[in-house]
Formats: sequence, C-alpha cells, structure tokens
Amino acid sequence: MWKFVVRRILIMIPQLVVLSILVFILAKVMPGDALSGLVETPGVDSSTIEDMRTTLGINDPVHVQYLNWIKGLSQGDLGTSYIHQRPVLELLEARLWNTVYLSAAILFLTYLIAIPLGITAGRFHDSLIDKLIVGYNYITYATPLFIFALLMLFVFGFQLQWFPTGGSADINLEPGTFSYYMDKIYHLLLPALSGALLATVGTIQYLRNEIIDTKMKDFIKTAKSKGVPEAKIYSHHILRNSFLPIAAFLGYEITGLITGSIFLESIFSYPGIGQLFLQSISQRDFSVVTALVMVTGVATLIGTLLSDIILSLVDPRIRVE
Amino acid sequence: MSNDDILLQVEDLTTSFRIDEQFYPANDHINLDVYENEIVAIVGESGCGKSAFGHSIMGMHHQEQTKISGKIHFKGADLLSYSNTQLNKVRGKEISMIFQDPLTALNPLMIVGKQIEEGMKYHTKLSKNKRKQKAIEILNEVKIPQPERVYSQYPHELSGGMRQRIVIAIAIACEPSLIIADEPTTALDVTIQARIIDLLKELKRRMKTSIILITHDLGVVSEMADRIAVMYAGEFVEIGEVKRFLKNPLHPYSKSLLYSLPSKNNQGEKLHVIKGVVPSLNHLQRQGCRFKPRMNGTDDSIHEETPTLREVEKGHWVRCTCYKHFQIENSHQVVEEEKDDVFQGQ
Repeated sequence: MWKFVVRRILIMIPQLVVLSILVFILAKVMPGDALSGLVETPGVDSSTIEDMRTTLGINDPVHVQYLNWIKGLSQGDLGTSYIHQRPVLELLEARLWNTVYLSAAILFLTYLIAIPLGITAGRFHDSLIDKLIVGYNYITYATPLFIFALLMLFVFGFQLQWFPTGGSADINLEPGTFSYYMDKIYHLLLPALSGALLATVGTIQYLRNEIIDTKMKDFIKTAKSKGVPEAKIYSHHILRNSFLPIAAFLGYEITGLITGSIFLESIFSYPGIGQLFLQSISQRDFSVVTALVMVTGVATLIGTLLSDIILSLVDPRIRVE
Repeated sequence: MSNDDILLQVEDLTTSFRIDEQFYPANDHINLDVYENEIVAIVGESGCGKSAFGHSIMGMHHQEQTKISGKIHFKGADLLSYSNTQLNKVRGKEISMIFQDPLTALNPLMIVGKQIEEGMKYHTKLSKNKRKQKAIEILNEVKIPQPERVYSQYPHELSGGMRQRIVIAIAIACEPSLIIADEPTTALDVTIQARIIDLLKELKRRMKTSIILITHDLGVVSEMADRIAVMYAGEFVEIGEVKRFLKNPLHPYSKSLLYSLPSKNNQGEKLHVIKGVVPSLNHLQRQGCRFKPRMNGTDDSIHEETPTLREVEKGHWVRCTCYKHFQIENSHQVVEEEKDDVFQGQ
C-alpha cells in the first residue's frame, strides 16, 4: 500500500514540471503586462516604464524568467503582486483558506443530500420516488449556477434576511473565538447550500445507476441463494460496489469545487481565491494569476492522487503490488 | 426408489415471464420428482427453460416480472406458498445453488472466506471464530491448497477453477440437502471441468446430497447423473435413467441431441443438425407437439393433439407418440454397449 502511494507521489513530479511550464507560457503569451496600463498615464514617460520593467525582470530572456520563477516557487515565494505591492503568498493565504472552507462545506452538503437520494432512487428505481429524484436531477443539471445563486441570495439574503449577504465573517468579532467560528459557518451556509444543491446531480445519477447495475450482477444472486435478507444484501454487497465510482470522483470533485467557486464567491462577495482570480485578471496582475493557476493545478494533482488512494483502499483490484 | 425417498416434488409448475406487459410461460405445467441422494440432470438447448426451472425452485425470480403457479413440495412444505422471509430460511441452508460463471458469481470486494461464511451467519448460531474455522474446513473439502491463505484472498487473486471451487464451497457451507447446479462447468476449460465434476461427485457421495444438474453437456451428464430429464420449450419431453437413456433415447428431440454429438459411431459422417432454433417465448406455438416444427418431413398424423408425458417402461417417460415413427437420417443406429464411454471427455 505504502509503495503504491510513494510511487503515485513520484509520478506527480514530472506532472508538476509540465504544469509549471504550461502556466508560465500561458502567462507570457497573454498580451500586456502590469505596466501596460500606465503607458498613457500623464507624468510617466516611457523610459521610466522601461526602467521599471528591467528592475522587475520582465525584460530578461524567457528561460531566465522561468528559472527565476521556479526558484522562487521552490522557496515558497510566489512573487509580488504588482497591483497590491504585497507578496502573493500573503494575499493568497487568507483567501485560500476561505475557499477551502467553502469547498469542504459544499462537498459535505452535496454528499449529505446526494447519497440518501441516490440510494433511494437506485433501490426503488422506476417508482414514483425515483422519478421525482431523477426529475430534481434534470432540473438542477439544467440550472446555471450564477442564476440559481443570485436567486438564493435574493430570496434568503435580501427578502427573508435569514442569511448574511456577503463577506466571510463579521469584522467586529475577535478572530479565534467561538462566536467568530460560528459566524464564519453562518456566512458559509448560503453559498455552500447554493453550490451543493446543484452539485448533487453527478453523485445522485452515478449512485442510482451503479445500484441498478449492481442489483443485476451475478454475485447478488449468489448472496440471495445463500439466504441473505434483502436489507443485508444492500448493505453488504450492493452499496459497497456502487460507491466505487463515487469514491473515484471524490478527488476530481475537490478540484472542481476549488475552481468552480469563482461564480459563488463573486455573487456572495465571499473573499476567496475565485474572487481574487477575477480581480487579478482584469487588473493584469499576472504574478497573482500565475500563482493561482499554479495552485489550482496542484490542487487538481492532489485531487487525482486522493482519488487513486481512496480507490485503492476500497477496491482490492486496484492495489498494485 | 420408493415414494418415501422423494426429496423434492415439483407438481404442475408453471413459471411465466413478462414480455411487453404479457406473461408467457417458460416452464409449462411441469412435473418432476427428485429422490434423495441422486443426481438429476436437466438438459436442453439454451432458452429451453432449464435455468428458469432451477430458479423457480428457490424463488429466485424477480417477483414483479414473474408469475408462478403449481406446487413445489420440499420436506413436507410447499415452497411456493412461502414468503420471501420464509424462503430465506431455506435458501442456502436446505437448498443452495452453484452458478455458471465463477468470474461474476463472487463479490469482487469481499474476501472469499467471508463469502463462504455469510450463509452460516444467517443459518447457524456459530461464533465468529467457529465460522472461520468451518470456512477453512470447507475450503479444504473442496480441495483448495493452503486454505488459511486463500481464506483472506479476493476473488481476482484466484484462477477460474479455484473460483468455481469457492462457488461450490459457498453452496455446501450449510450442508444443504439439495444443490441446484446451474451449468457448473460451462465456463471452465476441459481439464478443470473434469476435476470439478469429480469434486461434485465426491461431495455428493460424502454428504448424501441430491443435485439437480442443469447443463447442455451430455458428456457431463453421462459422467455424473443418475437420471436425466430432457427439456424442450418449457416442457419435459423425456425423463429416464441416464444409462438406459443413452443407449436408447426415445423422443425425437433427445435423439437429435445425441446424434448431433461426435462419437465413434458417426465417425467420418456429417453431424446431425437440428434445423431452426428454440422459438422465443412470445413466438412459441403452444398447441400440439412443440418439437414438430423442427422435425424433417414428418406428417402430422404421428403427433398427438395434446401430447402428455407417458411412462413407456418403468421409470422412462416420453411425451407425444411421434417418437415411434422418428428415425435419424443418414445415421447409424447407436446401440453399442460402450455407449457410456463414448461421451467421456466431451
């Protein structure tokens, strides 16, 4: 088992190198840089801008820039934001955690809703309850998140005023206290619920179809012929086999959530990396953008790693000697 | 064999499946007695209703898609009147099943030891340790080398033949008095087949179990079974002792099946071919002799209008009178004494 994990982690190294090259190239081929916006500014002449470019290293040959960037990365230095004039790492830290909390909350709520619904639909397939659940699935699949989230915000935030409409915590509360954490959770609930209600579709549909599929398998007949009661056939044989693809998707789900929270964070004015990402793109703050793309890339790799590890834990056939 | 020895008595069993909102019988008013400590083979082409019969006995069919009528007497009770919960007390404990494909009949995520134990959990009061001990004993009985090690292996770590032994181990775990073996050797290659057959015979001898052997392999039948019941289109067309049947098959369908196999009596000749295929349930003509459409150039007068299974000599039953007039074309009559050997190794 450990050998498998170590080997799997070693495979990540070349993946990371390729990822970093791609991210760097993408950042370089984008037109303009942080200083292009200043060209027309009165009082700033072009030679000053050129000087600034030289001091910032933008005029260096590409491979030197890349190596410098990698050197910084390996030391935990993600560069400096041109716009905020602060280290990117500092900018990221607080927001990254907010995004992680939000993603975790969405994931938790998604499974809380999707697993019981998926099991019910699969077990009683073609019944009325199954049709209702599949109907719910079609509706949520067809609903765009940015409209649904706005609607949720309007109804529960502004009209009913059950939830706060923005931010991640009340600024008057002392960080670290119990009420501060409760307030953070309170701020999380509405965006998380909006995300989760739409994110359930994949899990429900997969679980339902897997259960219907597994029900027909020969080993279920074997179990029945042993005299195993139906409820036990579900808990011991059908469910575990049906959870395999869900487990396999857990890692990808995490990736999807971190990148997918861009809409949610902008709509709920939630200070996470998604919001920072949009701002930085519009301000051409490329050191932040590349750092963020890099972070989400790494999150993707970790997600797939998690998927593989989880799958190898639940499925003995995957375990590589 | 007297009536006291009857273990299972199937009476007028009709099993119908739903196709497009209509029910069609896959087993049509069939009767069969299974005696204690005997192996009855049920043979026929694919789609004749053999498996449907085996599944009916254990109530394995999907309830909404199936209609069953008749009686299945087993140890003084009618299994068809049992609820699913009551049947669960019989399944695995009194009657168990061996499945065709050992690759799919085992749960891929459960170690094989636990799969063997599972039945005991519901049928016995053995403690966890005792169950494990028993499971290892059974693994030993089905001749698995290093049973302690195999106990905690997953199905994918075992070969096909080993897996079939596990499937058999599951079936005998609670020492049932009847085992329904649904094509137990079909998915295995020939050398493994022979070993599995030997194992089943030995287990039957030692445990005094009756076996209903569902197969389309007459070689397996000649090696294992005491009696044979030939099924065609949901009906038994001939029932008799295997030895006598192989020497002297009566029903046209039985004859055709036998002569379509290569043997030393038809060496160098074209094998007999039964024209056509078994009609599907919703296209089957249920009037008169069901095999008539597949017989070559026989006139209608030789068939009965409502054929019934008739005892022509003691213990040998045949359906329809057409057997009296049927000859296999271009084929030597096979009446030699060594008929038994002919099918060895097929």
